Amino acid sequence: MAIEVQSVGKRFGTFTALDDVNIRVGDGALTALLGPSGSGKSTLLRIIAGLEEPDEGTVTIGGADVTSVPARDRGVGFVFQHYAPFKHMTVANNVAFGLTVRRRPRAEIQERVKELLALVRLDGLADRYPSQLSGGQLQRMALARALAVQPDVLLLDEPFGALDAQVRAELRAWLRRLHDEIHVTTIFVTHDQEEAMEVAEQIVVMHEGRIEQAGTPRELYESPRNEFVMTFIGPVNRLGDAFVRPHDIQLLSEASPGSTEALVQRIVHLGFEVRVELTLPDGREIWAQLTREEAQALELAEGQILSVRLPAPREFAA
Amino acid sequence: MSSSGAGALAPPGSAALAPRGATSGSTRADRRRARARRLGVRTIALGYLALLLLAPVAMIFYRTFEHGLGPVLDALGEPNFQKAFWLSIEVVLIAVPLNTAFGIGMALLLERGRFKGKALLGMLIDLPFAISPVVVGLALVLVYGKTGWLGDWLTEHGIQVIFSVPGIVLATAVVSLPFVARETIPVLHELGTDAEQAAATLGASGWQTFWRVTLPGIRWGVVYGVVLTTARALGEFGAVSVVSGRIQGQTQTLPLYVQDRFENFDITGAYVASLVLALLALGTLLAMNLLTRRTRAAKAAI
Repeated sequence: MAIEVQSVGKRFGTFTALDDVNIRVGDGALTALLGPSGSGKSTLLRIIAGLEEPDEGTVTIGGADVTSVPARDRGVGFVFQHYAPFKHMTVANNVAFGLTVRRRPRAEIQERVKELLALVRLDGLADRYPSQLSGGQLQRMALARALAVQPDVLLLDEPFGALDAQVRAELRAWLRRLHDEIHVTTIFVTHDQEEAMEVAEQIVVMHEGRIEQAGTPRELYESPRNEFVMTFIGPVNRLGDAFVRPHDIQLLSEASPGSTEALVQRIVHLGFEVRVELTLPDGREIWAQLTREEAQALELAEGQILSVRLPAPREFAA
Repeated sequence: MSSSGAGALAPPGSAALAPRGATSGSTRADRRRARARRLGVRTIALGYLALLLLAPVAMIFYRTFEHGLGPVLDALGEPNFQKAFWLSIEVVLIAVPLNTAFGIGMALLLERGRFKGKALLGMLIDLPFAISPVVVGLALVLVYGKTGWLGDWLTEHGIQVIFSVPGIVLATAVVSLPFVARETIPVLHELGTDAEQAAATLGASGWQTFWRVTLPGIRWGVVYGVVLTTARALGEFGAVSVVSGRIQGQTQTLPLYVQDRFENFDITGAYVASLVLALLALGTLLAMNLLTRRTRAAKAAI
């Protein structure tokens, strides 16, 4: 179901967590709330879930105003950052919880739990306790638990935040596929722009309690509306008040019109990507991003002086 | 430059060798001293415990059975003893559940609630720990006694609190009031609110969340609080002594009975009753211990 947040504000004492926030999430979409810590993204998610009450503004889910509806009646599945497992229950009972409190028949619960555990690939672990699971398994258990009650909306708070890099990458791809399969409207919170770009169809960039920009990953990357979005999404070189993407910098083997000289300070090989740190004649330092082939063709060496063509830098009104 | 730097480093390095050797010698001595200190502390702790607790309790066991089983059985058959025994049990069975419910409620209020005067309430809860039980007893008489604040109203409605069972229950409840709350609050804090919020988003009502998520999460704190409450309720003397009137065979609890027997030179009676008290307390501890161990073992076995 579509979610709409209108002019929502929230203060904690003197701290403004959210200031006139408006977002629209389409039915079945997969959206990321992206921002640094303290940007208000988790607060916004909790307000949508009904775990926090906004000081002003409204939240509608599927066209119905739910601003004053308590969390338990919102039809929202919520996955907590630290999974919030019920530690005294088995994995099966954790997943069954939402159905148990709704007093569904036993057989139906068992069937559904089995189905969900298969969906999140925890089939053999039904009788384990949360303390016996790894972080990634806990994450999937929490997800199955949230999905058990067939929520209209799935909300995930930093879903991959507490996992190590490899499990993270796997779970991202898996969440993406899962969403394609069950197609429930999903919002997840993250501070990792790469994660947001990889998983989400739509990204809402937040900063200091405000929405900076919302759009597809490509829109945000190619036409950032302001300095914050430009610097937060994707790598960037700052040249005074202007910005240049490292992969837009061209390294040339010989001078050509419009190019300047640059000194190669350092070359970093990152597999397919090669980073070249340069110093311009006026002393400014920038870095350029090349493919391995490009770097090889140029026969780059540290201490070498070569020609550089900078793209038209982007500037934002303050 | 760099070679002179290395040269400058060498002398202090070599000079450092000597003190280091000395340090290792002193470490050995330190370790020996530490071991001696640890042993000393242990001896003192155990000695203290033995003198204050183990020896007297052991003496009770010894003295009780000094003249064989006959006198013990006689003392156990004494009607006043039996009355005192059942009265103590009755008081515990009323006061402990009351305090458990109150303690859990208070812990929830203090840990989860947001209201003015929370700090003050937290302090008030500890008051029974700070005030002498005799004073508690006197205060209860002042409020609930015949000439007390509520005396006229209670007499009118035919309710006798002081010098009867309700007064004893009241006094016992007051002196053992803080245990459950105090043991539960830290566990509740540790548990956090995430699981409760998760339960809410899954559609659980407040009650369902409490019974299915919160209470199982804090059960060890509650259990420990109940053990302490029970022990205190069984053993309470001062407050009960004041409010009960100490009427033999009517308002005498076990501790009061022990005192009474002792003062009347019925030493065997006093010892037997003491032993029963000690066994009751021990039984409570043991039961709780077994309970926690079994649940943990069941969990670990999976």
